Amino acid sequence: MFNASLKQLSQQLAEKKISSVELTKEFLQRTRTLNPNYNAYITIDEAMSLAQAETADQMIAAGHASPLTGIPVAQKDIFCTKGWLTTCGSKMLSNFTSPYNASVIERFNRIGAVNVGKTNMDEFAMGSSNETSFYGPVRNPWDVAAVPGGSSGGSACVVAARMAPAATGTDTGGSIRQPAALCGISGIKPTYGLVSRYGMIAFASSLDQGGPMAKSTEDLALMLNVMVGFDERDSTSLQRETEDYSRDLDNPLTGLRIGLPKEYFAKGMSNDVAAAVERALDEYRKLGAEMVEVSLPNAPLSIPVYYVLAPAEASSNLSRFDGVRYGYRAKSYSDLSDMYRKSRAKGFGAEVKRRILIGTYVLSHGYYDAYYIQAQKIRRLIAQDFADAFKQCDIIMGPTTPTVAFNLGEKNNDPIQMYLSDIYTSAASLAGLPGMSIPVGFGNNNRPVGLHIIGNYFSEAQMLNVGHRYQLETDWHLRMPGV
Amino acid sequence: MTLSFNDVRRIADLAYIETNEEEAHMALAQLSEIFNLIEKMQAVDTSAVEPMSHAQDVVQRLREDVVTESDQREQFQEIAPQVEEGLYLVPKVIE
Repeated sequence: MFNASLKQLSQQLAEKKISSVELTKEFLQRTRTLNPNYNAYITIDEAMSLAQAETADQMIAAGHASPLTGIPVAQKDIFCTKGWLTTCGSKMLSNFTSPYNASVIERFNRIGAVNVGKTNMDEFAMGSSNETSFYGPVRNPWDVAAVPGGSSGGSACVVAARMAPAATGTDTGGSIRQPAALCGISGIKPTYGLVSRYGMIAFASSLDQGGPMAKSTEDLALMLNVMVGFDERDSTSLQRETEDYSRDLDNPLTGLRIGLPKEYFAKGMSNDVAAAVERALDEYRKLGAEMVEVSLPNAPLSIPVYYVLAPAEASSNLSRFDGVRYGYRAKSYSDLSDMYRKSRAKGFGAEVKRRILIGTYVLSHGYYDAYYIQAQKIRRLIAQDFADAFKQCDIIMGPTTPTVAFNLGEKNNDPIQMYLSDIYTSAASLAGLPGMSIPVGFGNNNRPVGLHIIGNYFSEAQMLNVGHRYQLETDWHLRMPGV
Repeated sequence: MTLSFNDVRRIADLAYIETNEEEAHMALAQLSEIFNLIEKMQAVDTSAVEPMSHAQDVVQRLREDVVTESDQREQFQEIAPQVEEGLYLVPKVIE
């Protein structure tokens, strides 16, 4: 049952072979056993989960079920969840029980999905290893010496270890795709603007995008069907016709033109990752796709550009944490200004403070044009590179990460090395394009390798089709770590 | 350009983050490395390029100027560090 697809679980619920309460109890029981090894959840509340499962069973009995009704879903702790502690992995919000629901949470609640816990994450989603969490690092279920990636490392871990059938994540520069790759699961960051950011604690608003993490692309499609939708409470939410993301899953791939950016196949990618990616591309050739070399000349600048824009937006977004209306307030202080300074100094961790300082600097008088505006201009060049590439191909592929999961502590004290783990994912974020990672085998130390699939704007259904056809031929997505 | 110790103290001050000397020295070393990476941007000629702030070229939506939220003050203040009679308390700012 723990390896069943969402469709299979949904069918069992519909046929009354199992109730949502029973299903939820199974996953909670497994979580009780496994979570202490991995630290993947920040909050588990069995009573609240089971109450939701009971409601779901009533919906099913009344004939009001949709595909994810009664299905346990883990929620990244960045989504405000009414009545649940919502920490964003930070001491700053370690006492924050949210008084309202994020849109994403509302959407899952409306169809009767069961929240089985809030997953651990890098503090304020700033990190690529889950080591910046105030709640301690998450372990990679394939190898507890390794990081799970980040920032959605807890979500990736719970899906990989089968503590939940699916989870939500958020991605600003790679935070869904990189942990999905390092934990051997599937994850998609949709086109910017498709999933509402309302109630999703803001990091870099022009890049932040919620998305699903699950075992297979077929499961991702069902999750996207719940998560995507216009929301007037998010000023950048896009108004579009409702889509069924499962509709094209089975389409043949004959004649599909796969673009391989030469910049992503240059030095930097380790041999084990390259070998797994090559084998995956061979599988696509067998499925009838053809390979086209494309170029993204400005892609190598995506890390510098990202580390100007994301901290700049973060420094502004995180100014709201001042210890006045909610969150952490320092114990002692001399005056109002001192209260702000001490609350923020003690409430934020080192990486968050580092990024606030970078952001404050690049936005400060005299540096704004040289850094912030220059970064926004190169952002346009990067987006233009993709537009040019998509004239020659239908979809772009490459490695999700340069190496398999690294060890805990390995890059902890070297921010630059840590930042470079998003070297292949951040360009698509800057362009606002959808990006997906699917498992395509194992590299050194038997750690998973992810294939990165970048689609054109709004091509999620096609990307999921491309992932699904591969997953019909291979079983990497069904491999479970020996937990 | 090179970041100085005083720059770090100044931006920490602007960002309202208390920083002691040791932390500021460490931040200087790390931020300098990060800015070396960021400097690579300066090699690109962008004189003819328009800055891009959002991926999709959409216009800001406007809504009718009507009340859409109900008063939930009590609920919101339940999680506040310090409140009194419906007001958020902070240290005295005016003598």
